[in-house]
Amino acid sequence: MWEYAPAPESRDIANLKPNYRMFIDGQFVEGAGEPLKTVNPGTEEVLAEVSTAAPADVDRAVKAARRAYDRVWGRMPGSERAKYIFRIARLIQERSRELAVLESLDNGKPIKESRDVDVPTAAAHFFYHAGWADKLAYAGHGPDPRPLGVAGQVIPWNFPLLMAAWKIAPALATGNTVVLKPAETTPLTALVLAEIIQQADLPPGVVNILAGAGDVGAAVVSHPDVDKVAFTGSTEVGKIIQRQLAGTGRRLSLELGGKAANIVFDDAPLDQAVEGIVNGIFFNQGHVCCAGSRLLVQESVAEELMEKLRVRVSTLRVGDPLDKNTDVGAINSREQLTRIQELVESGDAEGAERWTSACPLPDKGFYFAPTVFSNVSQAMRIAREEIFGPVLSVLTFRTPDEAVAKANNTPYGLSAGIWTEKGSRILWAAQKMRAGVVWANTFNRFDPTAPFGGYQESGFGREGGRTGLEAYLDV
Amino acid sequence: MSENRIAVAKTYKLYIGGAFPRSESGRSYPVVDAKGAFLANAAQGSRKDARDAVAAARKAFPGWSGATAYNRGQVLFRVAEVLEGRREQFIAEVAACEGVAAKKAQSLVDAAIDRWVWYAGWTDKVATVLGASNPVAGPYFSFSVPEPTGVVAVLAPQQSSLLGLISVVAPVIATGNTAVVVTSQDRPLPAVTLAEVLATSDLPGGVVNVLTGRTAEIAPWLASHADVNAVDLTGAPESTRADLERAAAGTVKRVLRARPAEDFTREPDLARLRAFVEMKTVWHPIGV
Amino acid sequence: MAVPSTSPSLPPALADAVRDDASLRRFLHGLPGVDQVGVEQRAAGLGTRSIKKAAKMWAIDTAIGMVDLTTLEGADTRGKVRSLAAKARRPDPDHPDVPQVAAICVYPDMVATAVEELQGTGIDIASVATAFPSGRSSLKVKLEDTAYAVDAGATEIDMVIDRGAFLSGRYGQVFDEIVQVKHACGDAHLKVILETGELATYDNVRRASWLGLLAGGDFIKTSTGKVSPAATLPVTHVMLQAVRDWHTQTGELRGVKPAGGIRTTKDAIKYLVAVHEVAGPEWLTPTLFRFGASTLLNDLLMQRRTQLAGHYSGPDYVTVD
Repeated sequence: MWEYAPAPESRDIANLKPNYRMFIDGQFVEGAGEPLKTVNPGTEEVLAEVSTAAPADVDRAVKAARRAYDRVWGRMPGSERAKYIFRIARLIQERSRELAVLESLDNGKPIKESRDVDVPTAAAHFFYHAGWADKLAYAGHGPDPRPLGVAGQVIPWNFPLLMAAWKIAPALATGNTVVLKPAETTPLTALVLAEIIQQADLPPGVVNILAGAGDVGAAVVSHPDVDKVAFTGSTEVGKIIQRQLAGTGRRLSLELGGKAANIVFDDAPLDQAVEGIVNGIFFNQGHVCCAGSRLLVQESVAEELMEKLRVRVSTLRVGDPLDKNTDVGAINSREQLTRIQELVESGDAEGAERWTSACPLPDKGFYFAPTVFSNVSQAMRIAREEIFGPVLSVLTFRTPDEAVAKANNTPYGLSAGIWTEKGSRILWAAQKMRAGVVWANTFNRFDPTAPFGGYQESGFGREGGRTGLEAYLDV
Repeated sequence: MSENRIAVAKTYKLYIGGAFPRSESGRSYPVVDAKGAFLANAAQGSRKDARDAVAAARKAFPGWSGATAYNRGQVLFRVAEVLEGRREQFIAEVAACEGVAAKKAQSLVDAAIDRWVWYAGWTDKVATVLGASNPVAGPYFSFSVPEPTGVVAVLAPQQSSLLGLISVVAPVIATGNTAVVVTSQDRPLPAVTLAEVLATSDLPGGVVNVLTGRTAEIAPWLASHADVNAVDLTGAPESTRADLERAAAGTVKRVLRARPAEDFTREPDLARLRAFVEMKTVWHPIGV
Repeated sequence: MAVPSTSPSLPPALADAVRDDASLRRFLHGLPGVDQVGVEQRAAGLGTRSIKKAAKMWAIDTAIGMVDLTTLEGADTRGKVRSLAAKARRPDPDHPDVPQVAAICVYPDMVATAVEELQGTGIDIASVATAFPSGRSSLKVKLEDTAYAVDAGATEIDMVIDRGAFLSGRYGQVFDEIVQVKHACGDAHLKVILETGELATYDNVRRASWLGLLAGGDFIKTSTGKVSPAATLPVTHVMLQAVRDWHTQTGELRGVKPAGGIRTTKDAIKYLVAVHEVAGPEWLTPTLFRFGASTLLNDLLMQRRTQLAGHYSGPDYVTVD
């Protein structure tokens, strides 16, 4: 039979360096923290050593951001800020291949995703927000909405560059300065973004990028001279941050976990629904807060859909993230792999029926074969907890009301999917979903013009669109 | 009629789910005017009253949030009409509890009624002003609409007994939320009268629930209640605010913090309407 | 309605679908819809597969073996058909190991010439028929057209459906025509050309695909090549889904033939990837997948040379026939 030959993107394109340093006040500097080693999850080999921040470094970064805010960025006309942000967008495009390969090396996501989604969408975010910088008077917050000051931002490892763009672009457009801390396991593309910011000649201190683990993030968010905190990550940590900021008056936006329902009605375009389900849960190895991790299928088509789904999932190619034909790459870390395994075992123990793709897995690296649980009930952990991995839980329903009730039966509320060819049912279900993003007959679409964010324990505040500016304005 | 007629004294009760119960705790507390003279006893709401109020607000949420914006507007205008009819009573109550002259009380009551009318008109405009169609880079129609957050616990301002109260309650329900309101602790009487207005003006029971009592006693139960989606800390005693925020973090509630010395006589902006809506973005492909 | 030759073996649900006009309409309109954006996105996504080295060599040889080498011009002559047949037998004279093509595809009056040229080669002789390309004639003429080609020795008939009847909802009429043409084919294989460029929507492509399969078509084929757009990847996806689902329901394997507009190796490989991943590996054979093409063959040959030589080839190094 036809075996696709390996088609790996060359890792040389990533311009990988043995050491990466943090970016404070316009300079690349060594931090006083214990250096971390970032690992290629696809091979388990160490990629580079990265210097990390000690508390004094956090303080230095915040001070630099404050200075830059007071002296330069906070006063600069929006039209001038816009041109800096446009530069960043262009530089990302120019270095897109390098960034894509580096992202796949550090994160484990397939190159086709870093190349076709992460990097272009990151550039798009800078483009979009650049245009806002001198038009804030039209954003609906009065004639001269003011920035907040210094934004402390902490981002997760699932979309390292893209999340940095989601955070930095609106902050800069609205006139804030930034201290950003990328995730411990994926610091590299953010530090290359720092290079880009240096190449764009942004005034020193406008963007500062630190590296380190949770303690550095905690130091950033709890720093008394940070005016605004933006966090994307787990609900557990989000709650800790919200508690920390209680009573301080500092502004907060949170983009947290999810357990999205993807609802397939019996009149759905089934083949595209299958694609949407696959995209919903296996995109980025399921390391997506808005992943469609709970499939709700109408009983009358459940059997047919499940058969099609299993056939389709069997074609997913799991393996080397740098191979252009890889559909599902590596789990980001051993820790995450262990968590996925643990939850999958709970699914077995609680009586769900596990089906796993027979795809071959590489010998080295952190991989998990695409897995589908059927006969899942709402009470099982795999139906309630965010697995953050390539594991789908399938439940069935009989009536639209039941589908909505089950979909909303979660403390989360980030996203939802609806599959039906009936227009009125789409709008009905979209209205009923207690979720910040509803994809109808599609899934996992992102655009800087479209606000993104959750209900309930999926966080508050939105990113993208006119609404997204609010989180960085004093309104 | 005799000049010396003895007035019928009113019993001030809670307003939960469209009914006027006494506190389940059986407690009440005396309410005095600005000079310290006894006005009435108010029910001293308990944590169980708060729990019942949240349940009532949750029960009312699907109907109220699902009503058309036009319908919500009609109902809120109706409230304003009934408010207007009770104008004299409100002036007397505001004068008594805030200790202001009749003329000042009148201007506060008028402003309060006008404020209500202002928010009533917003019900069917918020989505236009805050929502958007998103010009995404692909063959999709994407739109964003503001939707009500859910059940909102409102700690009403302690000083401004009617204008402040209305300024915090009206925007919450105008956008389709349901509310559990903890009134000004020492000036609760206009709030109970407002509840009577709400009860007689087409507003479905449970959309607004009014608790009188000790703010510091009730608020923590609301801030930590998992079925409350948001809290407005406007009337929270300063010493309790941080704790309430911490409690709210337990279920990632939206928190509207108290603004220092908020002046409710000033023209409002959209901030309070924006505070308790969730922007929902919907995508659909465009194709044949 | 006419009874298709396959009907005895149909599972009850499908047998029921062809009972009468109304059931056929109900069945076709009851098929799941096709979301345009979704199917185009999936096709584009699969189109990014990077096929290299041995996998590419295998794909090129497989594609060559799937080509229905076609000439369908008013200006066709016996000479033209002879040289096409020579090309079909030995696509690259310098490389005798290059596989033969699957078939040559000509107008009915050229079949006899093709038969003479290809006797004993195993290469099939496909003839278009049924008032190709418009299909606008009487059933009688269409059947005679078919019989003429079969009698002349065609082993495969590429018929066109009556798109007018289809678009006006006369599915039963389209069905009957296919059934009768199939009957007229005798042992010859029947490819049913849907002319997807005129069907306008993917929903129609899916319905027409099922109609063609229910009526007994051995292959469903996208296009005549005379209408733009001809074959596209997403249309082929929809048709591959149809034969896959047909197989799931009946156990039978039916074929798909995209035709028109496929000119480069790169395109052909995208189609093979679609066959591989949408229908399944068992469809990667000339008995179940064909390319209706003329210029594609030379690009496949050039790319084959490039693969072998390690440097790019040029058009003067392959024969123009």
